[in-house]
Amino acid sequence: MMIPALANPERFMAFSRWAAPLFGAIAVVLLAAGLVLDFRAPPDYQQGYAVHIMFIHVPAAWMSLFIYACLGGASLLSLVFRHALAQAAARAAAPLGAAVTLLALITGSLWGKPTWGAWWVWGDPRLTSVLVLFLFYLAYLALDASIEDDARAAPATSILALVGLINLPIVHFSVTWWRSLHQGSSVFRAGGPAMPATYLAPLLVMGLAYMAGFGALWLVRIRGEVWRRRALARAVRRAG
Amino acid sequence: MSGFAVILRRELALSWAGGGGPLLALGFFVAITSLMPLALGADAARLAEAAPGLAWLVLALASLISLERLFERDYEDGALDLIALGPAPLELAAFAKALAQWVTTQAPLALAAPVILAALGAPWRLAPVTIAAGLVGGLGFAFLGGVGAALALGSRRGGVLIALIVLPLFTPPVIFGAGAIEAFAAGLDWRTPLLLLSAYGLAAAALCPFAMAAAARNALS
Repeated sequence: MMIPALANPERFMAFSRWAAPLFGAIAVVLLAAGLVLDFRAPPDYQQGYAVHIMFIHVPAAWMSLFIYACLGGASLLSLVFRHALAQAAARAAAPLGAAVTLLALITGSLWGKPTWGAWWVWGDPRLTSVLVLFLFYLAYLALDASIEDDARAAPATSILALVGLINLPIVHFSVTWWRSLHQGSSVFRAGGPAMPATYLAPLLVMGLAYMAGFGALWLVRIRGEVWRRRALARAVRRAG
Repeated sequence: MSGFAVILRRELALSWAGGGGPLLALGFFVAITSLMPLALGADAARLAEAAPGLAWLVLALASLISLERLFERDYEDGALDLIALGPAPLELAAFAKALAQWVTTQAPLALAAPVILAALGAPWRLAPVTIAAGLVGGLGFAFLGGVGAALALGSRRGGVLIALIVLPLFTPPVIFGAGAIEAFAAGLDWRTPLLLLSAYGLAAAALCPFAMAAAARNALS
């Protein structure tokens, strides 16, 4: 198991020193490959060139949930074991998750205009639940920013992340249920036939690229957090 | 168990002591409802159609206004320290506080909601389901709101921060509550959303005290 081994900050710093650039390089290569595959894919017979947005949008939507799961997992570890590194990981994941969720919302909106004819469709449960997810991230960031004392902010934000983690499936379920109540607006593409390989391949490659990119940025941000704390501790020592 | 009763009685007494707690929320409820026709236009049919959703939204918003006082006051004057030291576990104390919030804010609002609905032109036959949804949905609002209030302890932002924390969590109860009333009005299946709303409210009442107590302990440490 990786996590206990990396719980030691020294070992984590040694690991992330080479792992972060490695993940970054993998992300760049995969991103380039994904974009090449993407531009080779033929325009969709219904959506035309707008289908290319999918390769940016869908992985971002995947990552928005995945990062919240990482945030929740790290928060749980932070809350249970009071481990500084777990808290650093949770804190480092939040802005990345918010950014990726915002990217999913913006690209989804750009995609919606040519395919649905509207920037935003309240009838779609995924749009609404991703928007709520974005609000969860915002709440986390706001709470984190508003408590100055690190030692006090850590449990509070962890509790909020866990409450959000429990609520996310309920929100998704309730929004889906809500949509089934409001049958009126249906501007949806016919619920897809299996995706042809020309689209599936770039989508999966882009998904892996996002994943590697997140890995790299997450590690870099955790390292930054560790350094920030060390600097803080050194400043306190020097002053004391 | 007596510790629980003492805290509950104290909370209820305090809510009446300074400014007549339930009346304040009711006043807010009435005031914001009177603004709605001014914002939406006086078209009676349109108002009646929007009434269930509007009333439910106002219920959710009205529950926010007294949240800031739920823990903050006791935190500042040291009463929360005493409660934490007392015989009742902090979880039970948090449960009592949120329950008092429900009794003094959510329940009166739920009872008043049919009047608001009628004022906006919705039929009276919606009253029973509105009261039922308001009562069980109010549990969710009170307990989730309590989590937000406890988390915001010790931050300098207070009310706005609580709203930002709590409002996204209100998504399911808002959907199920407004959905139950609308489904009832349309003659559709209203039991399912009402049961889901009850499940959400009861689960919140069961789980949120732990989050509240953990957050309060953290603020006190």
